Amino acid sequence: MPKDSGIGASSKRREDVRFLTGQGRYTDDINLLGQAYVHFLRSDVAHGVLKNVDTSAAAAMPGVVRIFTGADFEGVGGVPCGWQVTDKHGEPMQEPAHPILAQGKVRYVGDAIAAVVADSPEQARDAAEAIMLDIDELPAVVDMKAAVQDGATKVHDDLTSNLCYDWGFVEENKPAVDAAFEAAAHVTTLELVNNRLSPNPMEPRVAVGDYATGTDDSTLYTTSQNPHVIRLLMGAFVLGIPEHKLRVVAPDVGGGFGSKIFHYVEEAFVTFAAKQVKRPVKWTSSRSEAFITDAHGRDHVTKIELALDADNNFTGIRTETYANMGAYLSTFAPSIPTWLHGTLMAGNYKTPNIYVNVKAVFTNTVPVDAYRGAGRPEATFQLERVVDKAARELGVDPIELRRQNFITEFPYATPVAVEYDTGDYEGTMTKLLEMIDRDGFEARRAESAANGKLRGMGVNCYIEACGIAPSALVGQLGARAGLYESATVRVNATGGLVVMTGSHSHGQGHETSFAQVVADMIGIPEDQVEIVHGDTANTPMGMGTYGSRSIAVGGSAMVRATEKIIAKAKKIAAHLMEAAEGDIELKDGAFSVAGTDKSVAWGDVTLAAYVPHNYPLEEIEPGLEETAFYDPNNFTYPAGAYACEVEIDPDTGKVEIMSFAAADDFGNVINPMIVEGQVHGGLAQGIGQALLENVSYDENGQLLSASYMDYTMPRADDVPMFKVDHSSATPCTHNPLGVKGCGEAGAIGSPPSVVNAVVDALQRAGHTDVTHIDMPLTPARVWSAMQN
Amino acid sequence: MYNFEFSKPSTIAEAVAALGQEEAQALGGGQTLLPTMKQRLAQTETLVSLNGIAEMQGVCVNDAGQVCIGGATTHATVAREAAAHYPGLASLAGRIGDPAVRNRGTIGGSLGNNDPSACYPAAALGAGATILTNTREIAADDFFDGMFTTALNEGEIITEVKFPVPQASNYQKFVQPASRFALVGVFVCKFSDGVRVAVTGASADGVFRWSEAEAALSSDFSKGAVDGLSAPSGDMISDLHGTAEYRAHLVKVMTGRAAAAAS
Amino acid sequence: MTQVSMTVNGRAVSGDVEGRTLLSEFLREGQRMTGTHVGCDTSQCGACVVHVNGEAVKSCTALALDLEGAEVKTIEGMANADGSLGVIQQAFQDHHGLQCGFCTPGMVMSAAALLKDNPKPSEQEVREYLEGNICRCTGYHNIVKAIMAASGQDVSAIAAE
Repeated sequence: MPKDSGIGASSKRREDVRFLTGQGRYTDDINLLGQAYVHFLRSDVAHGVLKNVDTSAAAAMPGVVRIFTGADFEGVGGVPCGWQVTDKHGEPMQEPAHPILAQGKVRYVGDAIAAVVADSPEQARDAAEAIMLDIDELPAVVDMKAAVQDGATKVHDDLTSNLCYDWGFVEENKPAVDAAFEAAAHVTTLELVNNRLSPNPMEPRVAVGDYATGTDDSTLYTTSQNPHVIRLLMGAFVLGIPEHKLRVVAPDVGGGFGSKIFHYVEEAFVTFAAKQVKRPVKWTSSRSEAFITDAHGRDHVTKIELALDADNNFTGIRTETYANMGAYLSTFAPSIPTWLHGTLMAGNYKTPNIYVNVKAVFTNTVPVDAYRGAGRPEATFQLERVVDKAARELGVDPIELRRQNFITEFPYATPVAVEYDTGDYEGTMTKLLEMIDRDGFEARRAESAANGKLRGMGVNCYIEACGIAPSALVGQLGARAGLYESATVRVNATGGLVVMTGSHSHGQGHETSFAQVVADMIGIPEDQVEIVHGDTANTPMGMGTYGSRSIAVGGSAMVRATEKIIAKAKKIAAHLMEAAEGDIELKDGAFSVAGTDKSVAWGDVTLAAYVPHNYPLEEIEPGLEETAFYDPNNFTYPAGAYACEVEIDPDTGKVEIMSFAAADDFGNVINPMIVEGQVHGGLAQGIGQALLENVSYDENGQLLSASYMDYTMPRADDVPMFKVDHSSATPCTHNPLGVKGCGEAGAIGSPPSVVNAVVDALQRAGHTDVTHIDMPLTPARVWSAMQN
Repeated sequence: MYNFEFSKPSTIAEAVAALGQEEAQALGGGQTLLPTMKQRLAQTETLVSLNGIAEMQGVCVNDAGQVCIGGATTHATVAREAAAHYPGLASLAGRIGDPAVRNRGTIGGSLGNNDPSACYPAAALGAGATILTNTREIAADDFFDGMFTTALNEGEIITEVKFPVPQASNYQKFVQPASRFALVGVFVCKFSDGVRVAVTGASADGVFRWSEAEAALSSDFSKGAVDGLSAPSGDMISDLHGTAEYRAHLVKVMTGRAAAAAS
Repeated sequence: MTQVSMTVNGRAVSGDVEGRTLLSEFLREGQRMTGTHVGCDTSQCGACVVHVNGEAVKSCTALALDLEGAEVKTIEGMANADGSLGVIQQAFQDHHGLQCGFCTPGMVMSAAALLKDNPKPSEQEVREYLEGNICRCTGYHNIVKAIMAASGQDVSAIAAE
């Protein structure tokens, strides 16, 4: 029987009530007394020298409070990058300055040139239109391979080239990898594009800056996944505000998917401007503005080679990838195609020799950074596509080829620097096969054929590194910050708890699932536990929510803090019952003395902590509040096997997903309902990448997919009901909950099986020359592939 | 949006007078105009809403058997009220935009805008409809003048559209996946004196009649009749969502499917 | 500025607006009813859907002055009289039909409009009806399930998958 509360129960989400009744409090719902509004004048050319910005006419427009230009920020820091990558020669990456408002040059369509603060949004926009710009347009750098040719136009004049870094991983492995290819019985090669995406959380970004002249306190309300990170980066590196004078609040946030991790110029601007104009300053992005300012994701061009021996064992993997950085380095950008990509190239397979080369390139496009999965979808896609292609070339079953090469013994140290602590790839594959009725495929294919449709099936595996932490490890890899997590558990006198967590919930349901964990540990009802997050003023320093890390790292911090609470409460209980501390047991919200009928309720102990009339004051302090920071010693490694069946209309090229099944290993699961919801959402984003979504620039650096009129968001009728399962579970060995994280799996694991299925359908229909189609597999692309 | 004066007359005469002012613009359902104005790609001194004019509302059948639709009638109303009289037209109206858009968008607004990817121009041209304005009647064949351009004069209002009812009709819409407008839409109408085929979404010149297909289908109203035709040439759109060649191919596929579904 | 009056969730309201003031702006800024959300500027995402005279309308694409005298219903008016969640709202909670909550007001309002016209929609009908409502979190699975459950249909077969 499923549990009805605590760990493992599908508790209904408490946050839903406010969201379902219109009572959520999102950043755009915040309106401060006397607030002014900012409109950013943005570059409409991709690349140019900014010769003059004349604001004189605009400044005289109605309602204008003040107009800011790059000159106002000359003494102010730029937006920092949080990660440094060292190239294959041991040199640090090239790192350009990223000013709050453009200085000297504009570098992408959307680059902010000036900011008009006015009494109303429309007045700000009116005045922005009256600013006179003198820009000498330069050739736009768009194509990555052309960008790194000698003599290419440079995005940043002060850098030696457009190459941010040329990374080899592991460089020392390269001779052995090359030797493996020399000795291979078969080599499969695939060149592919991992299409550029726009994350598109449904809530556009918003930032409201406030400044208290009486106390010199600054407050930023922002749509962020990690308010403490914003406070640290903006306070220390941009505006020079110490953390105790800067509060960052991320209230209800309408989705992030990575795009709300990063510190953006607009956040720094409103905080800075509020102090300058002595009024709150609010910025609300439109969706059109989001397309040209929110960091994009993916955008890799890759060549991957797979070497096999005569028995079809994988003996080597060699890749060369061009990764787009865009015009500036966003907060995590350099780490995505390197440490979150190269380290996953072993996948689920025991390939002994792996070498990954990544060239990160500056272009005149929006900065590119983490989007759901972040590096891991790119690794999974190329690996699972090349394995599928190899199976076809060798005439072997693609599932059997995978099985034959599965890693089966754990812990397993990969040749790309990580150690998988646990896993059961055979287990998830077996579960998947139970879910998909592979034997019935031929009959389904025949039925499709009778309706004039081509049916195909695609399967893939995936592995991801989640619970993004260990600080010591990521520090070695170039992270400029730690990646621990924190929690403060405050028990009130009457027994209720408040957990203040450094994690942030923007759709993941932490307010419910985190409460389940603490309530379960103590044995009290979930409604006795309140989860507080999103405000640096009342939560301990935390690194936020991304990389499927919240339950694995933040949840573990909460467990550690709760363990401290229980330990102290046991001391109090022992005192109250005049028993030895070692004999105290906590069960169902009551403390008892082992082997006796003596017990004292949770509430009596908590009351004693705050009304310490009868209390061991000589041993412990009054009160019951504990903080823990948790820094794990490894990533977690969720893994799984996915299958997709498609039908193609051969007359139009339109692909329809007929079924999609996902068998995941997330380790232990706190709330199955929430976990399944996370998988559903990830699958839709992965299917969106595979079939629908594409950020497209023309050769002049103009964004062609600049609104929902041209950027295809998955709609309800683009996706099927999903079959998901997480029963094949190998708990994580190194965190107290045995959890692995589930937020990104669906988006990481799904694109290859969709493409594998489409190629399968076309091959079965006799289009044997179609071995790959680049995503998104739009009707036009599929039809075009069928014409050759 | 740039600001404007708003007026909402209750008769056609008042609307015509209001639109006679300098820089006045008519507002139908606003489902295209308002987003365009929000982007500040259009502006006007006065916006004259046609949504309060009772005589421009509703669907009826006249003595000649034509389905007559008031110029300010929403797509949802047409989908609902024309279904019994002209199922092909009702079905087309029921696939414009999405449900909320259909509750505001109007036939007059759509035809007057003549978006090259809109559905209604295909309906009007394919059916050989007559567009009535406050001053005259215009045959659909004379109405559409290339993308976003029509025979309407400044300040002229579409008050009603009269559709002759065919023996059979069908609209095939292959959507542009992002906007859900027609990447290619084909409306086929079989009348006693011949077949009309109107194509939207495909051409940079906007909606057009595919005369070769009309001739072929007039002699053999079946899917196979278009198989042997070469796809229409002309100024096919090439963009992110499909090349000119792909669109031309789709025109043929959708025409065949429309004939098959209608017959 | 011109005064506009309408009924919102059964309450007569009025306010001074400009010609260009959208219904979504009138609700969010004029009435401080922030349950109605704005997620795009091309009338596609549907986060702003409200009912006008009983029909689903995108409030970001309707002028407040064009709706003088209208009956408007928003997400704030969807709970039962005693404050408990209405049937559709409750189904969304029961079936986890929301995550970040941003698209949710529009989803609930569209679902209500659908079920008014089609009390027992099929899965396909629900999916097609939601063409104008974009959700980035849920993959739609649990939204579709919630709407079918709200219509009184047995969704246990879907739940078992």
